[in-house]
Amino acid sequence: MAHGPSENFFSRWLFSTNHKDIGTLYLWFSFAMFLLGGAFAMVIRAELFQPGMQLIKPEFFNQMTTMHGLVMVFGAIMPAFVGLANWMIPMMIGAPDMALPRMNNLSFWILPFAFAILVSTLFMEGGGPNFGWTFYAPLSTTYAPDTVNYFIFGVHIMGASSIMGSINIIATVMNMRAPGMTYMKMPLFVWTWVITAFLLVAVMPVLAGAVTMMLMDINFGTSFFDAAGGGDPVLFQHVFWFFGHPEVYIIILPAFGVVSQIIPTFSRKPLFGYSSMVYATASIAFLSFIVWAHHMFTVGMPIAGELYFMYATMLIAVPTGVKVFNWVTTMYKGALTFETPMLFSIAFVILFTFGGFTGMMLSIAAADTQYHDTYFVVAHFHYVMVAGAVFSGTAAVYYWLPKWCGRMYDETMGKLQFWIAFIAFNITFMPQHFLGLAGMPRRYSDYGLQFADWNMVSSIGAFMYGGAQLLFLYNVIRTIGWGKPISDPKVWEGAEGLEWTLPTPAPFHTFSTPPVVK
Amino acid sequence: MSKRARALFLGLLSPAILLLVVGGASAEDAAWNLNMPRGVTEVSQAAYDIHMIMIWVCTVIGVLVFGFMFYIMFAHRKSRGVTAANFHENLTVEILWTIVPALILIVMAVPATTALLKVYDTENPDIDIKVTGYQWKWQYEYIGEGVKFMSELRTSQDEQYGRAPKGEHYLREVTQPLVIPANKKVRFLITGNDVIHSWWVPDFAVKRDAIPGLFTAAWAKTDQPGVYVGACTELCGKDHSRMPVVVEVKEEAEYDAWLAGKKEEAVIYQSTIGKEWTNQELLAKGEAVYAVSCAGCHQAAGEGIPGVFPALVGSSIVTGPVEGHIGILINGVAGSAMQSFADQLSEVDIAAVIHYKRNSWGNDMGDIVQPVDVLNYKQNQ
Repeated sequence: MAHGPSENFFSRWLFSTNHKDIGTLYLWFSFAMFLLGGAFAMVIRAELFQPGMQLIKPEFFNQMTTMHGLVMVFGAIMPAFVGLANWMIPMMIGAPDMALPRMNNLSFWILPFAFAILVSTLFMEGGGPNFGWTFYAPLSTTYAPDTVNYFIFGVHIMGASSIMGSINIIATVMNMRAPGMTYMKMPLFVWTWVITAFLLVAVMPVLAGAVTMMLMDINFGTSFFDAAGGGDPVLFQHVFWFFGHPEVYIIILPAFGVVSQIIPTFSRKPLFGYSSMVYATASIAFLSFIVWAHHMFTVGMPIAGELYFMYATMLIAVPTGVKVFNWVTTMYKGALTFETPMLFSIAFVILFTFGGFTGMMLSIAAADTQYHDTYFVVAHFHYVMVAGAVFSGTAAVYYWLPKWCGRMYDETMGKLQFWIAFIAFNITFMPQHFLGLAGMPRRYSDYGLQFADWNMVSSIGAFMYGGAQLLFLYNVIRTIGWGKPISDPKVWEGAEGLEWTLPTPAPFHTFSTPPVVK
Repeated sequence: MSKRARALFLGLLSPAILLLVVGGASAEDAAWNLNMPRGVTEVSQAAYDIHMIMIWVCTVIGVLVFGFMFYIMFAHRKSRGVTAANFHENLTVEILWTIVPALILIVMAVPATTALLKVYDTENPDIDIKVTGYQWKWQYEYIGEGVKFMSELRTSQDEQYGRAPKGEHYLREVTQPLVIPANKKVRFLITGNDVIHSWWVPDFAVKRDAIPGLFTAAWAKTDQPGVYVGACTELCGKDHSRMPVVVEVKEEAEYDAWLAGKKEEAVIYQSTIGKEWTNQELLAKGEAVYAVSCAGCHQAAGEGIPGVFPALVGSSIVTGPVEGHIGILINGVAGSAMQSFADQLSEVDIAAVIHYKRNSWGNDMGDIVQPVDVLNYKQNQ
């Protein structure tokens, strides 16, 4: 007895327990946050267009870098992949919905409040958080503006949302797979998300612990991170990065999953080395727990610790390499076409690998002495976060949007967006490698004249990249409203999997009777 | 190859081309600089060498992997009429591409370890210098020599806010550089006074966090006199980008003369503490000290930043008893950004700046604060 969504706009979206509607909410929310975080980035790049302070004050600049990082990591990228998981995991494993639909609603609807609290601090006396998205103590405790308490509360809510979302994904995949859908038959997107969900459940409480200790230090006179009271500022960094390093894999693993769905489709050939892909993902997740202090090579660790973290970090190159080789070999002897999702996926493989190379360089502790906290690091993580996670998310939207709404996007415009984004991305971030190597530290509101040229190039690229996102927004809205209607369940010639056996557009309720996977 | 395909390949290849550019670039070109400096110490050269090894290893792997990808994108296009194969497993290649990268990493771990051992070789220095990070300046103390001074940004606010043309050394100039001798092993003992800073001199490959309550160590020994400019590399608040590190390496004889001069200065200074200072002298001195040490937070006219840094105009401390005002500067305010200036400023500076604050911007206390008052306050504590 299929029934549709509520007719009432508010009850449909506020009270929804439908995985597709909640997925849509997550995706729109994350895109809104992406534009907001992008606006912060535009302010940063506009100020850095030339040496000297032209547009904003240094203290506001620090708020911008902090908010850009927080909003992009917690507001844009993570919810985007949760949205994709909500839409696709039940359809991929033949389940009617998520296992815990009411919690699903709750885990989404607390997010807008978390970000409303966080962003509102920008309008308060003392300004928003200004201590970097890594919020090292004591800058974020003793020396922070009073609004830091709002930041802490916001982080707690985000953490609760992530934990609930992850529990939901784990419960769904463990309990609701269709008959015959064994673990080793699950699509790779599902696999990467299950592993990500375990990472989230493991490390989000650590982040909550870190901010709670901050809260205590600030308001209740404890000295967890205050040396004068017997605490240790470095302890904060250990706790933060024990969360923070798995966090970056939380962002990138679902992106791996998306690309592992798209490349086989447009190569018209099954994914090469499926089981090694699963094992490599699990290995990366395991390694992510034991390499955290490579973010702290300059805190003066004993040499034994430094050597250990260097070797362990270098090791990550092995499973990551396996994944890259598998993607390339999937394409080998396929019949390739280059629709927009495939272009973004290929760019993902190339640019992510490039970010991996700089990552290997950063793992060498002696050289990291020079790279640490410079623009080289900024360039590195934007290659893996933007060309990695954001490109992959964009590819996913182009890949699945026709399935979701039964309308085809404009291919020419999609390709136009890709080329602008690809070129602009490299103009923005490639010069930042040079800036870092030449000696420009990150989080600098002003710089010496020797860095002027590359900064200007980088800013021009950033404005172009920002423009490409508006094209993306336009293209998505145009598709949903006025795209060419399609009804082929497969959408793409080479697409394989349960989600493509469903009608296009995907009905409100799917797989009320479980399919049988042979 | 069709025109479109060629454009696609070239476009996607651009990161690899840029990688090659970095690999081949020299460090000479200052403005469009691409690579890190090789530096002037054993450690910096070791860091540079391992950096270049890594770049070339990555370049070779990149050319092979991306080259293969581009070949596939060219040869296995559907538009060329190919049909897709169906293979999806091969245990041999899987094992191969797990083991080969692991072997490459093991080989690279050897020079990486050797270089790191050099970084940590801080034993048996000829000279020890204590480096303390303050918001937003550095203090250098020559241990055992009785010489200690602050090193602060010299670039004017006018240059920073576009009211005056920017000088050649914009944001790279300080009131007093750190001076060290050539051909001596100098050990830096680095700590922080308030938040975490990080002391970086690229040409020495010295970068160590300045953490309150802890010491980190680094060292440098060079045979090349000159001026080396570095930076603070750990976010430390609003003027993070305005606390450059400038180190001047002098020949040994020159260094000895310089150090003797600094010691003499300290002696001469002692005699000025007891002197009776006039209102005009104190105001002039105080204004200069205020601009460098106080205006960063309390702002140029003592107006502060609401909610962050309190205003001094009409402040109950500034317009209250002198002892309370001296006490704040000497002891700081625990749990706030107001640090203790007892070790940063001399008695003369403290007296002058207090006098200036009490008699400027509409504050009109009319009293005179003498250096000897500050000295007495310190001794009575």
